[in-house]
Amino acid sequence: MSEHRIELTLNGDRHQATVEGRKTLCDFLRADMGCTGVHIGCEHGVCGACTVIVDGLAVRSCLMLAVQVDGCEVTTVEGLTGSDGALHPVQQALRDEHGLQCGFCTPGIVMTLAALTQASGQTYADSLLEAMSGHVCRCTGYQGIRRAALELAASTEPNKA
Amino acid sequence: MKPAPFDYYRPRSVAQACQLLAEAAGCAAVLAGGQTLMPLLALRMSQPLVIVDINKIDALTGVTGVSQGIRIGPVVRQNEIIANEVLRRSLPVLVSATRHVGHHQTRNRGTLGGSIALGEPAAELPAAAVALGAAIEVRSIRGTRRIPADEMYLAPYATALESDELITAIEFPDWPGHSVPLFREVARRPGDFALVGLVGMLTIESGRISRVGVTWFGMGPTPMKARRAEAALQGQSVAGLDIQGIAELAIVDTAAFDDRHASAEYRRTVGRRIFAQSLREALDVREAA
Repeated sequence: MSEHRIELTLNGDRHQATVEGRKTLCDFLRADMGCTGVHIGCEHGVCGACTVIVDGLAVRSCLMLAVQVDGCEVTTVEGLTGSDGALHPVQQALRDEHGLQCGFCTPGIVMTLAALTQASGQTYADSLLEAMSGHVCRCTGYQGIRRAALELAASTEPNKA
Repeated sequence: MKPAPFDYYRPRSVAQACQLLAEAAGCAAVLAGGQTLMPLLALRMSQPLVIVDINKIDALTGVTGVSQGIRIGPVVRQNEIIANEVLRRSLPVLVSATRHVGHHQTRNRGTLGGSIALGEPAAELPAAAVALGAAIEVRSIRGTRRIPADEMYLAPYATALESDELITAIEFPDWPGHSVPLFREVARRPGDFALVGLVGMLTIESGRISRVGVTWFGMGPTPMKARRAEAALQGQSVAGLDIQGIAELAIVDTAAFDDRHASAEYRRTVGRRIFAQSLREALDVREAA
């Protein structure tokens, strides 16, 4: 058994923590850092509810160890809203298009869409929809999610800017 | 906490990683992308005493041209393969195959080396390595050796890799620029494991097939090389090729099985169909070019 000192930037703030080697990133974020917006669904990489952004990329936080984010920049859904509580464009799109029902899968979907729309500046509908295949919504509210993704893609298309 | 306790190490060099693997005497697991290892740890199906995290070893990253081929570091992420301009040009079939691995989010972490080392029989990348004639460079404190991908896979999840060995590169040989990719995959949903799939490459010179490699995935305990079909295609004139007959031969080199997802007969029927389709398409593409 090993314990490790890690340093990370979480939602814009520097943090230090001591973690056991076997602690998963999702457990660390929820239990140690209080980011309960990280929802744990299947815990084996299938459902996508625990998706967070690590160094700009959407990843499953149940499939990483906390010790692996040493030196990384991590964003959870808590880090997306503005200080005035304004919704992130992805959250606004999901709200406008009724892209959530019970809301359990939503934080993961938000983080995937946020990573993809922030990364390129040009977001194409097919890449957003393809990435949505990595999320399971047990309310089966996929059409609203799909509309939100399409709206995001349309709003970032260069010729429509 | 879900995984059983282990000691976690994050070596900075291949030499350190090999030392750790040797000292662990078979009780270590190498952590690359973790997209398969992490669930196995969380379910305690795997309980290594030592985890060797190779993500911070710079020497294991990068895509570089070498004489007569392309060398890919084992920690290169699957999404990096898809985005890599050199690979898109020179090994488009590897890029097509990688698009079918898991989901966008798992491809951001999942690596080429991890998939090659795992040896999942329905996975795309081990089959692509076998089809294209790749070699897997491995290192331990005992030395370095190269394993032809063709000799890597022994049984489901069982490879020629020894417990103290680390994959240090996967080398794909050059294929002529006008070679045509063969790729088909049938799965229940995007990102699911293939029920049936095939991957390969075909080179045509002056109307004859000068080079061919085709391998099945999801069609047996390991990637299954379609040797008889390859032999039947090699050197043949493209005109008047008996595509159905060759698809029939290709099925002979499978060990299709029944499971809860599909019957063996279904796999063979779909296999025949997709083999013929992809071969026909490859020949058409070639003609149009």
